[in-house]
Amino acid sequence: MQEIRNYTMNFGPQHPAAHGVLRLVLEMDGETVVRADPHVGLLHRGTEKLAESKPFNQSIGYMDRLDYVSMMCNEHAYVRAIETLLGIEAPERAQYIRTMFDEITRILNHLMWIGSNALDLGAMAVFLYAFREREELMDVYEAVSGARMHATYYRPGGVYRDLPDRMPQYKESPWHKGADLKRINAAREGSMLDFIEEFTRIFPSRVDEYEDLLTTNRIWKQRTVGIGVISPEMAKAWGMTGAMIRGSGVEWDLRKKQPYAKYAEMDFDIPVGVNGDCYDRYLVRVEEMRQSNRIIKQCVDWLRANPGPVMVTNFKVAPPSRAEMKESMEALIHHFKLFTEGYGVPAGETYCAVEAPKGEFGCYLVSDGANKPFRVHLRAPGFAHLSSMDATVKGHMLADVVAMIGTYDLVFGEVDR
Amino acid sequence: MTDTQNTSLAARLAARFGDTLSLLPARGGELTAELAAADLLSVATALRDEPEFRFEQLIDVCGVDYLGYGQDEWATETVTATGFSRGVEGQAMGRFNWAERPRDANMPRRFASVVHLLSVANNRRLRLRVFCEDDALPMVPSLTGIWPVANWFEREAFDLFGIIFDGHPDLRRILTDYGFVGHPFRKDFPLIGNVEVRYDAEQQRVVYQPVTIEPRVLVPRVIRDDADLIQAKAEAADDWRRN
Repeated sequence: MQEIRNYTMNFGPQHPAAHGVLRLVLEMDGETVVRADPHVGLLHRGTEKLAESKPFNQSIGYMDRLDYVSMMCNEHAYVRAIETLLGIEAPERAQYIRTMFDEITRILNHLMWIGSNALDLGAMAVFLYAFREREELMDVYEAVSGARMHATYYRPGGVYRDLPDRMPQYKESPWHKGADLKRINAAREGSMLDFIEEFTRIFPSRVDEYEDLLTTNRIWKQRTVGIGVISPEMAKAWGMTGAMIRGSGVEWDLRKKQPYAKYAEMDFDIPVGVNGDCYDRYLVRVEEMRQSNRIIKQCVDWLRANPGPVMVTNFKVAPPSRAEMKESMEALIHHFKLFTEGYGVPAGETYCAVEAPKGEFGCYLVSDGANKPFRVHLRAPGFAHLSSMDATVKGHMLADVVAMIGTYDLVFGEVDR
Repeated sequence: MTDTQNTSLAARLAARFGDTLSLLPARGGELTAELAAADLLSVATALRDEPEFRFEQLIDVCGVDYLGYGQDEWATETVTATGFSRGVEGQAMGRFNWAERPRDANMPRRFASVVHLLSVANNRRLRLRVFCEDDALPMVPSLTGIWPVANWFEREAFDLFGIIFDGHPDLRRILTDYGFVGHPFRKDFPLIGNVEVRYDAEQQRVVYQPVTIEPRVLVPRVIRDDADLIQAKAEAADDWRRN
C-alpha cells in the first residue's frame, strides 16, 4: 500500500481570510491541521524605533496606524504613558471625551470584526449591515478630528479640541439628493452630541439585526460552536486578554479592574462566556457593543451638562491658543519651542495599559529626560493571541483555522508593529 | 492598583526573596524588581505558583538597549552662536549610517530584558528587569517553560535586539524579513537601515542594494534641566537603575 505522508500548505499572505498579511504554514494530515506556524512581520514598520527618533507628540499618529480599526484606543495607551511620566492629568471633560471615544472605537472595531468574521464563514450580508453603522461613527471621527480613521485626537494633557457644536451635513451630490439627502441629514441638524445620542438610541435595534442574522443561524452555529475551545487556564498561560479571556469565563476587564479615564464612574457590565469557543466569544463581543452603547449614552449626558477645558493649561506640554500667541511674547516662545523641539519628559519608566477592543493594549515607555522617548514598546494583544495559534488549531479542520483567525480579531498593523 | 496595595506586594516580595530581588518603586504605583539572570527561572516559577503572588499571566517581554542612555546631542546650558544643524554632537539614531555607527564598548551591561507580569487573581502588576551580563553575547534564560506566551515575545526580542534566550525551543527571527542581517532596534543600528530593495528590470527580480538615502534628523535630541523637571529627575534618579 502506498504510504501517505503529511503535507505542508501555505495559507496567505494574500488570502482574503487571512485578515491582512498573515502567512500561515500549515502541516496537514489530510484535512486536519497537525502543526500551524504563523509567519508574521510582513507589515513590520519599526514603529517603536521610529518613535525613538521623534519628539513625543509626533508619534501619536503612528499609534493610529498600529491597530487601524481601533485607532483612538491605541493613542490612549501611548498618551497615558506620557502623562504618567510627566505627572499631569487631563481635565475631567477630556477624560469623559476619551471614555466616549474609546467606546465609539470599540463599536467600530467590533462592527468590523463581526462583518469580516461572518464574511469569512460564509455570511455576506452582515458585512454590509455593519458598514452602515461604521459609516456614521466614522463621520463622528471626522467631525471631531478631521480624519475618518487616523485621528491623532488624543494628546498628552487632554484632547486636541472640544467637540464641535455642529455636525457636518451631507451636501447634494449625484449620490445623495432629494428625499435621500433629507433622510441622512435629519440626525445631523444639531450638535455632534445630538448626533451621537441619536445613534445610541437606534444602535441597540441595529445590534438586534446582526443577532437576527447570526445568533440562531444554523450555519453560523455549525461553524463556531465547539470550535477553538480555550480553557481559562490556557487563556491565562497564553497571555490572552479582552474578549479572548472573557469568552473563557474569566471576568477580567481593565475598565473595571484597573479603571482609567472615567470608567470608574460608568455603569456597565462585563459579559463573560461559558464554553470558551468561537460562539461564546461572538456573544461576548456582541454584548460588549450593547454595553459600549450604554457607556456612550452616559458620557453624552455628562458632556452636555458640563462644559469646560479639554486640555491642560501647562504651556510646556500643550500649545497656547492661537489668539493668545498673537498677543503674548511668552505664549509665542512656548508655541515655538513646543512645535520645534517638543517637551522633555522626566526620566523614568512606566507601563500603561488600556482595554482596547482586542484586549490589553499596553505602552511601555522609558524616558531619559530627553524630548524623545528612549524606548517605546507596544504590547499588542493580537501578537500574544496569534502566538497561541499552534496550540488552539491543532487537530482542527482547515476551515476551522479561518474561524480561529476571525475569532482572534487579528489586525496586522498591531501584530507586526 | 493603589500604592498601598503595591507596598504590601513589595513587602511580600522582599520577605520571600530577600536580596535576590532589588525592588524599585516607580511612578504611578508601579513596582519594578531587578534580578540576576541566574535567579530568573526560580523566581518566575515562584511568582507564578505561590498563592501570595499568583502571577498567572505574562503580559509582555521586551528588550531594551541602554546604549546612549541620558546622552543628548545639543548643548543647551549656554547660549551658542551656532544653530542646531551645526551645533549637534554625538551620533543619535537617525544621524549615522552603518559605516560610521557609534562604537561605545564601555557601556556596562547594555542589554536588558524587561518582563511584565499580571496577576488576574490578585489584580497586581509587576515588572522584572534582567540585565544581560555580556554585551557581546547577551543571554538570559527563556521563560517559555513557565508561560508559553513568552515564546513569541522572546523571539521578537531576539530578532530586534539580538538577546539570546537560553532554553528557547524555537529562537527564529519573527518580525524582520527572511534572511535579514543585524538586529534593527539596537541603538547602533541606523534608522535608515543598511539595505533597500528595488526591482531590477535587467535581472527581472527584486534585488537588495545598499541604502541610497541620507540619514537625517529634523529635531535634535535635547535634555534640558528645566526647573520643573529637576525635581522629577532627582526623584527618578533615586530609584532608577540603581544596580
